Amino acid sequence: MNNIGQAIHLKKEILVRIIKAFLSDNFEKNTRLIPFDMRPKGIEVPYRCCVYKERAIIKDRTIAGLGFPIEEDDETVSLSDYAKQALERTEINNRHLTVLQAACKGCATNRIYVTDLCQGCVARPCQSVCKFGAVSIQNGKSVIDNEKCKKCQMCVKVCPYKAIVKISVPCEDSCPVGAVKKDQTGFANIDYEKCINCGKCISACPFGAVHEKSQIIDILKAMKSDKKVIAMIAPSVVGQFPGNIYQLKTAMINAGFDDVYEVAQGADITANTEAKEFTERMDEGQKFMTTSCCAGYNQLIKKHLPEIKPFVSDTKTPLYYTAEIVKKDFPDSVTVFISPCVAKRAECYENENINYVMSFEEMGALFIAKQIEITACEQTNFVKECSKQARRFGITGGVAESVKSSLNDETIIKPHIINGLNKESIKELKTIAKCGECSNGCNIVEVMCCEGGCIGGNATINNLKTSQKLIDSFADSSEDIKKIG
Amino acid sequence: MEKISVKVCTGTTCFVMGGANLQELHDLIPRKYGDKVEVSGSPCLGLCSINWEYSKAPYVKVNEAVVNEATVEKVLAEIDKQIGNN
Repeated sequence: MNNIGQAIHLKKEILVRIIKAFLSDNFEKNTRLIPFDMRPKGIEVPYRCCVYKERAIIKDRTIAGLGFPIEEDDETVSLSDYAKQALERTEINNRHLTVLQAACKGCATNRIYVTDLCQGCVARPCQSVCKFGAVSIQNGKSVIDNEKCKKCQMCVKVCPYKAIVKISVPCEDSCPVGAVKKDQTGFANIDYEKCINCGKCISACPFGAVHEKSQIIDILKAMKSDKKVIAMIAPSVVGQFPGNIYQLKTAMINAGFDDVYEVAQGADITANTEAKEFTERMDEGQKFMTTSCCAGYNQLIKKHLPEIKPFVSDTKTPLYYTAEIVKKDFPDSVTVFISPCVAKRAECYENENINYVMSFEEMGALFIAKQIEITACEQTNFVKECSKQARRFGITGGVAESVKSSLNDETIIKPHIINGLNKESIKELKTIAKCGECSNGCNIVEVMCCEGGCIGGNATINNLKTSQKLIDSFADSSEDIKKIG
Repeated sequence: MEKISVKVCTGTTCFVMGGANLQELHDLIPRKYGDKVEVSGSPCLGLCSINWEYSKAPYVKVNEAVVNEATVEKVLAEIDKQIGNN
């Protein structure tokens, strides 16, 4: 969820400026000028020590917006060169996150710390509770030896003065698989072998240091070419923009797409296929099955939870089926998935039917750059209408519900919902895989990497509550899945 | 006392730059102020095209006062200020 206000605002503004530069008569020059346009000479410095640092950081963020890793920048290459390279690029790679390490400086390392509130009391519960002998008394106050400390936080809990605190590193704390670590130099690093691209670190960092590597230039280039560019919008897009999705379709066509498909169309296929598969597996005596449409969860299975694989549905994701339909309808087209999260970038990279990913934020930036007023657009219908259940796929519980609604006998299914991957829920999944069944007798496990579902994805624009309300009211006006052919 | 009018810009720029989160005002204002304050969505107020482009969006108008980089808290504070002045 987008809870880091100003940093998100800044990232979106930079995207708008990159797109405007691309659309201008001098892309390279206008890209080079972005830091200067945003922080002109004489401006009051909003965040950092001086205007030069501000510009340097904006330059780094622009590098990510152009689709390059910030870590590899040696500061000698100008933004106009990056812009040129972005234009010449014909391929993207499978690393979708990049860290603006200059922003990590303000963030202390993860440790337990005794504050000045320590009264140097006689009882010294912190010292007696520590199993690792990490607490000693120096000059009448408690001191923690970080070499010995295991960060169990027992001392934090027992101090009667609440004088001991855990200093958090938000990106590290948010990562469910321990892929983000601040190294000795104090910079955050992502271990791509472990990273499941869930995007939680993007949402967690108050400095906005973690960026998605944007493919926006590649998409704009495709729009300028002779090829047709077809967009596929995630079900969670409803409520992310003003107006309804029929107006959104018109707005997207005005923004440069040749046609727009709802991924909910594929969700209807996923629900029906998964329902069939569920019945078969239950008939074969399997105790449970898990869903398979969340890209973050699929990466988790691959990298950290292979033992659950036999229980994971073989059904493909809604996006997979949608892309297959699009490529059949437009064989030579360039396909773009409009995504709530970074995890889908990894899924799309592995699927040859999908060329690029554009996040909700990036699409918003495109509308702003092209000055498209969505609420003023006419409505354009979709070739195929989708079911109420498919349109709720992006809300936690929506997938299990649609599988249930697709069954002939709805009473055979008992859903268990994992609403967000974190250290605890991953542990729970490990236990379920080990036992081969759910302890509560449930037989379908829906896994959503983000709390709230796709509407809680890192690149969403609207808050959970409002977007859920808007999706619900749209879904209520749609047909039941059993009536959709 | 005249009714205070709150206009939340629903133009694309305002919505994308943070205005989405202001939809809460439509529930919150009637609950908090009853019929003393009237809240409505408004098509693009035209404010994003002047004054440093989109960087001050989202915008909300409370009577004639413009709240830029609007948040729910900032809008409520402006309403309170105007009620106090009346």
